[in-house]
Amino acid sequence: MHFEAKIEVSPRDGIANPEGSTIERALPALGFKTTHNVRVGKLIRLEVEAESVDVAQSLVEDMCNRFLTNPVIEDASVEVLEV
Amino acid sequence: MTRRVGVVRFPGTNCEFDTIDAIRMLGGDAEILWHGDPSLKNVDAIVIPGGFAHGDYLRCGAIARFSPVMGAVASFAQEGGPILGICNGFQVLTEAGLLPGALQKNVGMKFLCSMQQVEFVSTQNILGRGSEVGDHLQIPINHFEGNYVCSPEVLSRIETREQIVFRYTDNPNGSTKDIAGVCNEAGNVVGMMPHPERATSALLGSSDGASVIKSFLS
Repeated sequence: MHFEAKIEVSPRDGIANPEGSTIERALPALGFKTTHNVRVGKLIRLEVEAESVDVAQSLVEDMCNRFLTNPVIEDASVEVLEV
Repeated sequence: MTRRVGVVRFPGTNCEFDTIDAIRMLGGDAEILWHGDPSLKNVDAIVIPGGFAHGDYLRCGAIARFSPVMGAVASFAQEGGPILGICNGFQVLTEAGLLPGALQKNVGMKFLCSMQQVEFVSTQNILGRGSEVGDHLQIPINHFEGNYVCSPEVLSRIETREQIVFRYTDNPNGSTKDIAGVCNEAGNVVGMMPHPERATSALLGSSDGASVIKSFLS
């Protein structure tokens, strides 16, 4: 079966996020004065073959733990959809 | 006997020649180790120099970790062989799990290129021979991702075990506890963001990096 995975990589809670802080400081200059807690991460999309959605999910989580994220500074949430 | 140093080159490495020049000037011998070759050519020590290994894609050092040479580098570390990671090399060593913590973007989101003062926090490692704790060195930095982070548990462990090698006296990048360099528990693997190979002559603005490289070569 063929699956599409969407992996949202975000900075871990408690880890400073310089990109988010810089954007947060810039927003008021454009008049957006009520914004706070800006955090910047990344989105990875990939396609994967697997016997079931559970297998696909665990494959992608394994990729996240071993390669796609650095667990010292990042968390990932994985969404897998059959196509 | 002259110590032979292998300087690892990945696609995107750009400090290998400065590193080799500094090593030769200070009495060592050096040669390039290509990342795709799993052999360390019987060198006595290894430097992972600065640059942008594999374009820094995904995260700095994340892809370099899978290069064929890195398996041999990990075994060399395990056997107690001296390994120095400079700048991008430090990032590669953290991604490879040979050093604790991680390096993320500088606070302020600026690429920093400046002379910095760092202080020796521990000399119980391959860079500390001939130096004292508290010694101040002028060594330049040149990085965008040099902001050292680690969990509170790792921080207390590396503080207790004297694994913090250098601290900035004026933190330029937001690093936790001003950390500029750390080592593994045994002290044979060190990573540092400042570039000692660029501080080996008064003509370069400082020769303070020479003592660090001499210790590495001894």
